[in-house]
Amino acid sequence: MGTLTQTETKQKVYFDLTTSPHLHSGWSTSKVMWFVNLALVPSIAAALVFFGIYQILIILTAVIFAVGTEALIQYIRKKEITWFDGSAALTGLLLALTLPPNFSLSATAIGSVVAIGLGKQIFGGIGYNIFNPALVGRAFLQAAFPVQITTWTKPNFAVDSVSSATPLAAFKFDKLITDTPALALGNVGGSLGETSALAVLIGGIFLIAVGIVNWRIPFSMIIGMFVFSGVFWLINPQQYPTPVFQIFAGSFLFGAMFMATDWVTSPITNKGMWIFGLGISLVLVVIRLFGGLPEGVMYSILIMNAFVPMINRFTKPRTFGAVKEDKK
Amino acid sequence: MAIGTFNGGIHPPEYKELTENCAFEVMPAPAEIVLPISQHLGKDAQPVVKKGDEVTVGQLVAKAEGFISAPIHSSVNGKVLSIGKENTPSGFPKDSIVIKSNGITASQPNLLPPLNLETITPDEIRQRVAEAGIVGQGGAAFPTYVKLSPPMDKKIDVVILNGCECEPYLTRDYRFMIERPDDLIEGLKLIIKALGVERGIIGIEDNKPKAIKILSEKVKNHKSIEVISLKTKYPQGAEKMLIKAVTGKEVPPGKLPMDVGAVIQNIGTALAIYDAVVKGEVLITAALTVSGKGIKNPKNLLVPVGTPIQDVIDYCGGVTEEAVKIVVGGPMMGVAQFDLHAPVLKATSGILVLTKEEVSKNPETPCLRCGQCVGACPLNLVPTKLARYSQLHKYEEAEDADITVCMECGTCAYTCPANIPLVQWIRLGKQKVLQMQKERMKN
Repeated sequence: MGTLTQTETKQKVYFDLTTSPHLHSGWSTSKVMWFVNLALVPSIAAALVFFGIYQILIILTAVIFAVGTEALIQYIRKKEITWFDGSAALTGLLLALTLPPNFSLSATAIGSVVAIGLGKQIFGGIGYNIFNPALVGRAFLQAAFPVQITTWTKPNFAVDSVSSATPLAAFKFDKLITDTPALALGNVGGSLGETSALAVLIGGIFLIAVGIVNWRIPFSMIIGMFVFSGVFWLINPQQYPTPVFQIFAGSFLFGAMFMATDWVTSPITNKGMWIFGLGISLVLVVIRLFGGLPEGVMYSILIMNAFVPMINRFTKPRTFGAVKEDKK
Repeated sequence: MAIGTFNGGIHPPEYKELTENCAFEVMPAPAEIVLPISQHLGKDAQPVVKKGDEVTVGQLVAKAEGFISAPIHSSVNGKVLSIGKENTPSGFPKDSIVIKSNGITASQPNLLPPLNLETITPDEIRQRVAEAGIVGQGGAAFPTYVKLSPPMDKKIDVVILNGCECEPYLTRDYRFMIERPDDLIEGLKLIIKALGVERGIIGIEDNKPKAIKILSEKVKNHKSIEVISLKTKYPQGAEKMLIKAVTGKEVPPGKLPMDVGAVIQNIGTALAIYDAVVKGEVLITAALTVSGKGIKNPKNLLVPVGTPIQDVIDYCGGVTEEAVKIVVGGPMMGVAQFDLHAPVLKATSGILVLTKEEVSKNPETPCLRCGQCVGACPLNLVPTKLARYSQLHKYEEAEDADITVCMECGTCAYTCPANIPLVQWIRLGKQKVLQMQKERMKN
């Protein structure tokens, strides 16, 4: 990059001749990834508090197998090995946090291998995948281990009235409504990371504050959920749950903050982010209210992931000063 | 969309503290000056001296050629050494007149008769600006009298003085605003008169409260002039962004500010106009900020045009051990230098000596499609797409995506977490598209 040159005053000057801009924000792919990992610490803590220390083994298994798979595939493909950039670790961590408490460790490992192998590396590695890798892994596990993945454990501080069933399942199959405070804190049945809305919000707001998460995606998802589920609730409050319940229950907030906001698999334009977020909520409301499953955050995000290239194409921003008429 | 700012943009570290309190110093004439005959946009000037000729300060050495051009004057007393190709800060060698100074620093003789501010006519102002070789001090170096001569069918209603100085490090416009506020206002009034408009606005970013305060105080006696404080954000000093911030109007792609009724002039340009009219001086001094953590004594300097970069650096105490990069212009759009014999030009705004710490970059990784560049682009382009088209030689697609609108402000590359040299790719694609368009015109 630089050549050592003697200038006329006999001062050593390295001439770095790269082009403008000569300043940079200092962000890098790996810094971003580690920041997101950091933002998940509250959710990890909540999982350990509510479901016990054993859950750390699920998390470690998922992370180790994700990173290992990434390194192995890169080694086989003779690519630069980038296991330390934090992105594979993040995929493993996100996958672990979508799993139910006390989930089988071997199944967790398989999930991680699928997430990295089929979800990410098969497309060419970081930046090239279409679907959120952690959710690809989760979808695989859902298909391969349908019983285990919907076997829920009671949280540690559960009072008698709290069932081990998730609030969404409780509502779907028994029409039982869980209190919002319990949902917000996390003292309910559910996946490791989704259980505490509070922990998710702490991490999510941190990511919005440092500029990694674009607020438009979680915000539009929440607005969308509020409106779409609100319409049904107004039509028939007996049949359909309140919008607030819909927002706090299940993995909606976790998905809104950490899954839908995955840079690679979400739109790049501001308008596109709105469409993407509203689309997820619409699909989700349909799945939750009319589908066979109690929860559908995973599928709704994966479905909208598939639309991202199209959304990007149709939401190309209007070039500064361009008038609508002279655009094709 | 509100008046007072524009969409997108970034907040790079300012580094203005290095020089903002350094008053202008006059640098003595160097041993030798290099005067490229093209220091402006448009046609090269035509040399009117030959090797061996004696020249004096302010003497015409190259005359303007055609409408869009500007004459060049000597900034020293001395003798013409040679006329030939010399390296310039742009990186390209250009025909240049090299003058050996006799070492005597004489103040500029009044080559042009001073004119009366009250009775001067618009034509006289234009004529004087043309004679004095004044070019835009903002970087593009567009001949100023052309800007003061809009076609009859363009109705101009506002003149905006660009006091943004949004590039980090640079403090030359700031020093001008606080050191010569009265002259600046007179200069603006001359521009207003030349264009026959009603309103003059001085747009200043709110990170320069002292300049805003002084000028707001001074313009109280001038009904037609107004100081507007703007939210600090890069690249507010870009013409299109400044017009949007001040008037709310958008200059369409491929159009000029005058198409929306605005003319933008740089702070330094307004003062050069004042000096040319009131003192009869020609433009032979460049005002620049010499800064960066790699220079021993950062300064704001008044330098004879044509002074080699090396002399300016030596005058500021030389570079430190950590220096790795020397940039002419600001850090966002300036050009890295390989030959320090290249001269300071009329429109040079700064020389930066940067250290590793300041220019440190992380390794490039694949695009994460995060959209940071899209959100930051002040012209609403999709930089990552444009760069990709360029990498894939898809120049038709790049043209459709408005690659030629890009002004290379560097905002996208600054924000890119994958550290992709977006501007470099876009610049390449832009050149290819422009070539393509030229060939299409021919057929």
